[in-house]
Amino acid sequence: MTKPNLPMLDRRQVVKRLLRDRGDALAVASLGNPTFDLASAGDSAQNFYLWGAMGGALMVGLGLAQAQPAKRVIVFAGDGEMMMGLGSLGTVAAHGAGNLSVVVIDNELYAETGMQPGHTGRGVDIAGVAAACGFPTAITVRTEEELEKSVDAIMHGTGPVLVTIKVANEPQTVSLPPRDGPYLRSRFREALLGTDAHA
Amino acid sequence: MNVRQVSYVPDAGHSALIRLCDADPEIQSVSLTTEEEGVAMSAGAWLGGQRAALLLQSSGVGNCINMLSLQQETRMPLFMIVTMRGEWGEFNPWQIAMGKSTQSVLEDSGVYVYRADTADDVVANVAAGARFAYQTGRSVAVLIGQRVIGTKNFNK
Repeated sequence: MTKPNLPMLDRRQVVKRLLRDRGDALAVASLGNPTFDLASAGDSAQNFYLWGAMGGALMVGLGLAQAQPAKRVIVFAGDGEMMMGLGSLGTVAAHGAGNLSVVVIDNELYAETGMQPGHTGRGVDIAGVAAACGFPTAITVRTEEELEKSVDAIMHGTGPVLVTIKVANEPQTVSLPPRDGPYLRSRFREALLGTDAHA
Repeated sequence: MNVRQVSYVPDAGHSALIRLCDADPEIQSVSLTTEEEGVAMSAGAWLGGQRAALLLQSSGVGNCINMLSLQQETRMPLFMIVTMRGEWGEFNPWQIAMGKSTQSVLEDSGVYVYRADTADDVVANVAAGARFAYQTGRSVAVLIGQRVIGTKNFNK
């Protein structure tokens, strides 16, 4: 087996590219850089940012996907986040969620806390775990070309879909979205549910 | 009550309710690998406009602590029904530690606790606790005492 090339993709550009085709998709991002990636691509009422609750991003996505079966739900999760919630890959696969996609932004590091190495840089294959759990689509993306090919699965593929995207580890400008919880909650629910949000 | 999503890590005390939820076409019933998944799923359900409930054993409360910050910080409702172990007539010493700290851990995490120690209390507290959670956007746990559920004893 040849050693894979060092990841070259820019995480902010990757998320921006994916969201270009989001339509009315709902997005959830895990704490740290995935939240900044999502905000950097364009803040929106259809985005829900987690500023904590590590390990729970995919399950927030499952609850949302079950409540809104006609909408696509895309969860952006860091590799550390996904490792902490690894069991949720089993839960999501076992219960099915045809409208749920998870994009793992994998820099193989805990970037937020001082660049400590994560498991995915030491051989742990999150897409492999998802495939073994029963995700109908579970792939790893390393290049622009592979990224383009993955867009359709993320936006329209039969879920649950998992795409791990290996990204470079270059310093990024920090893009901070709102972090007031009740505001984020009400903004999201009002955009989705209208006046029923306050019923 | 219009609860549309129910998640659980199984406990014998919840087995009849789990069977009812699994069989109800109006309810998405989700088994979990660990209880904090259900806390996160309940938040997602609320974001999407649905009410959720989480069924767990007292030992699972410890698994939830950090995830409880999600509802606490966003003021979304969380409704949990917790069957107690490690108290009345318990035979397994390994259940004692979490059974002893369940209520204080929940309260320290911002959760409102209703205790039911008789069968009648269960009905009243579940109804009142659920209304309180969904109407006020707070986290509520109804603890069902081991005396109500009955004790296991493998040693006889």
